Amino acid sequence: MSDDSAPAVRFSDLHKGFSGQRLFEGIDLELPRDRITALVGASGCGKSTLLQLINGLIRPDAGKVEVFGAAVDYTNLPVMRRRIGYAVQQIGLFPHLSVRDNIAILADREKWEESRVKARIERLFAMMDLDLALLTRYPHEISGGQAQRVGLCRAMMLEPPLLLLDEAFSAVDPITRIEVHAQFQRMQQEEPRSVVMVTHDMNEALSLSDHMVVMAPGVVLQAASPDIIAKAPADERVARLLEARA
Amino acid sequence: MMTSIPLRARAALTNMLLIVGLLLASLGTLLASPATMAAEEVAEWPADKPIVIGSKADREGYLLGEMFAQVLEDAGYTVERRLGLGQTIITYQGLAEGELDVYPEYTGTLAHAILKLDNVPSLEKLDALSRERGLKVLKPLGFNNTYAISMRRDQAESLGIATIGDLAAHPELSLAMSHEFVKRSDGWPGLAAAYDLPQVPRGIEHGIAYQALRESKIDGTDAYSTEGDIKRFDFVLLEDDKGYFPEYLAVPFVNAALPEKAVAALNQLAGSLDEDSMQALNAEVSTDEKSFAQVASRFIQEQGITSEQRVVSGAKWDKLGTNLIEHLQLTLSALLLACLVGLPLSLLVYRNPKVSRVVLYVTGLLQTIPSIALLALMIPLFGIGVVPAVIALFVYSLLPIIRSAITALLTVDPLLVKVARGMGLTRREQLRHVILPLATPNLLTGIKTAAIINIGTATLAAFIGAGGLGEPIVTGLSLNDYDLVLYGAIPAALLAICAELLFELFERMVIPAHMRGLKTR
Repeated sequence: MSDDSAPAVRFSDLHKGFSGQRLFEGIDLELPRDRITALVGASGCGKSTLLQLINGLIRPDAGKVEVFGAAVDYTNLPVMRRRIGYAVQQIGLFPHLSVRDNIAILADREKWEESRVKARIERLFAMMDLDLALLTRYPHEISGGQAQRVGLCRAMMLEPPLLLLDEAFSAVDPITRIEVHAQFQRMQQEEPRSVVMVTHDMNEALSLSDHMVVMAPGVVLQAASPDIIAKAPADERVARLLEARA
Repeated sequence: MMTSIPLRARAALTNMLLIVGLLLASLGTLLASPATMAAEEVAEWPADKPIVIGSKADREGYLLGEMFAQVLEDAGYTVERRLGLGQTIITYQGLAEGELDVYPEYTGTLAHAILKLDNVPSLEKLDALSRERGLKVLKPLGFNNTYAISMRRDQAESLGIATIGDLAAHPELSLAMSHEFVKRSDGWPGLAAAYDLPQVPRGIEHGIAYQALRESKIDGTDAYSTEGDIKRFDFVLLEDDKGYFPEYLAVPFVNAALPEKAVAALNQLAGSLDEDSMQALNAEVSTDEKSFAQVASRFIQEQGITSEQRVVSGAKWDKLGTNLIEHLQLTLSALLLACLVGLPLSLLVYRNPKVSRVVLYVTGLLQTIPSIALLALMIPLFGIGVVPAVIALFVYSLLPIIRSAITALLTVDPLLVKVARGMGLTRREQLRHVILPLATPNLLTGIKTAAIINIGTATLAAFIGAGGLGEPIVTGLSLNDYDLVLYGAIPAALLAICAELLFELFERMVIPAHMRGLKTR
């Protein structure tokens, strides 16, 4: 079903608007496989919308979204979504479930053996520098940085070939964020996968990603590697975004 | 005896399931076929079919109902007593729908409240009109229990009030009349017009009116001319000098299909009671607190209708266990039914604000129907007894359950729902593992509210013969017996407190401590 040479995500002639306001009018865009792609731009440029078009949380008005060469099947989204990890800024750990049950919520639905669940969590926790003692705690009993990493572990539990991160590093203090970045990069080395991350932080995009898509409302200004973007911004708007960083 | 408790609990559960089953079954028949008039089937009376005797919830009603029951028993019939059924609307509906076979009625009430006539015609005419409805009026018992206005003797004498007409000169008097009397055209409105009375009476439950009058909280109330309390409390009845009040002759009001032999047995009581003797019998019940059955039994023996005085267990406290179990059955069946309907319905509609609003509006509207009116409305549909009571309580439980369920489901953090959806949980899994657990605290609050409302409202179910803790309350009100009222009211209050505590315990068991003050991360 998936095509080995296809890009991780392809948008073709994509149209999307909200309550009469048109946002995208015929966007064509490909996001590369096995790379970290950062979608950047000011608030309202549509980067988060683009991300949610990938896992079907938002549907296009017209045009096509393909993941690994296969068009998104809106009649059977849960199956597709289990192959796409998803983590968000506010983390959204389920307060009534322990850390273990939060992380394993999909594996439990997929009826994984407990030994397999345990092995997978141990590996994720090792990569993320998390203490296994956290597993029995509830979300309100762990720190913000720990919660953020637990959220990432949950998104990667089923070893999805594609990971979507919606500002997933932005809810913690700058020092913790540097730590989480390092752990994330280590994980990407050990388990390379296609990642699409949305961020408003140019620095984060430049340091973490292999490929960047710089956006203004409804349009793609430039799609290239961080090096090229930093050295040769396509136009003034891209340059301004680069200057605005701290 | 030791094994009887779990057995009883099991029996209670079985009964409850039976009631729910019956409800569903009766709903089924209701939908399948239009209601048939049981009274029109003038067939042979089956030998083993009990004669069902009703009465309104007043002292005289209980007493006459008990007399009817005993003369029929003496004639060899099996009888079923359903005494103390609210007011005219309930007993009449019960008789018309074939739920009752006989109850004591008064000619004036029959003419005005039931047949909607402007005057009280002859007995023959009343009987003929009743027969058109499959009912029959038997021979009068003798006395005329008409309406009267009563006051404290000392106040009436010091103000020089002896007749109803004298009231017109004293607009300052505070009057309170029974609800039925305030409404009925032949009650206060007609009386005030006939005598040009300036007072505006408040509505009051007749059972507590005398207490209020005695304690000078009010100065006058409507009375029935044969009431024993008039003697007991030294009240006076004002003379109806314009002859405004019609005749209220007590008669057995029966199903026309009742066998001749039963009619003959009831007619043995014809003419046996005048106002004085009825007043005396009524006073005997209220002052001596003898059970109605004993007083009725002695009277029947004195009349020579039967030769032996029956042995009646006089204790009035022996039914607490039964009443409590009945009460729990009513409450729990209704609650269970309301959860079975309300929770799935809420799940079905909560994501659609328009439909949710309609559902909430309709259940809210049902909630505003006064409980006694709702109970009365149930009779033509479901008869009298447990089934209509459970349905009425069910209707009352729906609003708190649905309202809290919809609110609970809607207030689950949308971020968590989005995350659950985005990670690939199916709709069912989202509900089962995320939405319902998060909604549970609020859901339980709604169910708890419904349970407590139910426990209170179920005391009214006694008015339609459903038993429960309302039974001693209703009887106590009709007897002015406050011990008996408390005997029902205190357990009901304790039950409500227990329910509250049990729910709290249950919450502690099913909801982790940190979820009681909800926090999202």
